[in-house]
Amino acid sequence: MTDPRTGIIRERLKGIRKIIAVSSGKGGVGKSLVASVLALTLTRKGNKVGLLDLDFTGPSSHIILGAGELHPREEKGIVPPVIQGLKYMSIVYYARDRTLPLRGTDISDAMTELLAVTVWGDLDFLIIDMPPGIGDATLDILKFVRNAEFLVVTTPSQLAFETVRKLISLLSELAVSVIGVIENMKMKDSHFIRQQVEARGVRFWGEVPFDPELEDNIGDVDRLLETRFSRALAKLIEGYLVRQ
Amino acid sequence: MSAASQIAEKEGLKEVTEIVIKLGELQQIEPALFSFALSQLKTAILRNTKFRIEKDLAELKCRVCGRKWTSATAGLDEETKETIHFIPEVAHTYIRCPECGSPDFEIERGRGVWIESVKGVRPDD
Repeated sequence: MTDPRTGIIRERLKGIRKIIAVSSGKGGVGKSLVASVLALTLTRKGNKVGLLDLDFTGPSSHIILGAGELHPREEKGIVPPVIQGLKYMSIVYYARDRTLPLRGTDISDAMTELLAVTVWGDLDFLIIDMPPGIGDATLDILKFVRNAEFLVVTTPSQLAFETVRKLISLLSELAVSVIGVIENMKMKDSHFIRQQVEARGVRFWGEVPFDPELEDNIGDVDRLLETRFSRALAKLIEGYLVRQ
Repeated sequence: MSAASQIAEKEGLKEVTEIVIKLGELQQIEPALFSFALSQLKTAILRNTKFRIEKDLAELKCRVCGRKWTSATAGLDEETKETIHFIPEVAHTYIRCPECGSPDFEIERGRGVWIESVKGVRPDD
């Protein structure tokens, strides 16, 4: 028995120049916000960008983008709608605002299906908002999207870094590219994360301050991109991604 | 088509005579339409291939109480059936176990589209 979707996924992704999986071992570190602002910033710099939310049981990037009621259209697959200038794909088009309780094997199947049906076309960047943890989604991206590079998000907490450390260790062991680590929600001076990251031979992109105003600007992209959070992130993107 | 051609190549077939394709019920694909789409995509090695499309009926099994059931999409509106067609796992949002009401069930049969078998002629046949 052969699953034809494996070959189809390769075809679907072949027009994409760079695929970046925004990941973390831990939940609640700001992956979705980093992934969304990264995608929006690259779009506003004139790149062709896609954003794929793979957090099936807890999708949130549609709220960050203020995605509204747009839906994909069917044409030799599923063509994601353009929201804020970027192609946006999420399970919310199908589960709507209802709960989607999924076990690991179902997550894996749903992810394979979504990768197989989505028509991205030519893109400069595909940003993937990964679910927390080192489970099915991470393993499936490693299996199906061999050229994916990882941007890892952590907070200053040693608890967050404990799982990030394990994620970096796995990616290094598998010779998967980690383009950098971002320390989000920085509140006080400390070099702990920088030292830990650099000791592992991974590039430390820098710090993004904890921004108490951020929550009030979710859903309004223009205002969101003016927050301290987004401006700090844009500087890191400019330094490490755009000028590469 | 590409998967079928790869199998033919791997098995050293000079011609493929029959391909059996299974269509999971949850995919909600019309077999006649699917068969037509396949006929439009034939490559050289598949020029005389007969496609047999077989439906794999959906069978769900509750992981909590063990109840098995079929006809899982009966009663769902067309729009919901269409969302399940694209991503069958979203069935967990819309379908509940008829016995205990749990969304924690296994799709034992009836999801996906796959090549069940490929028959063909080897050069020395």
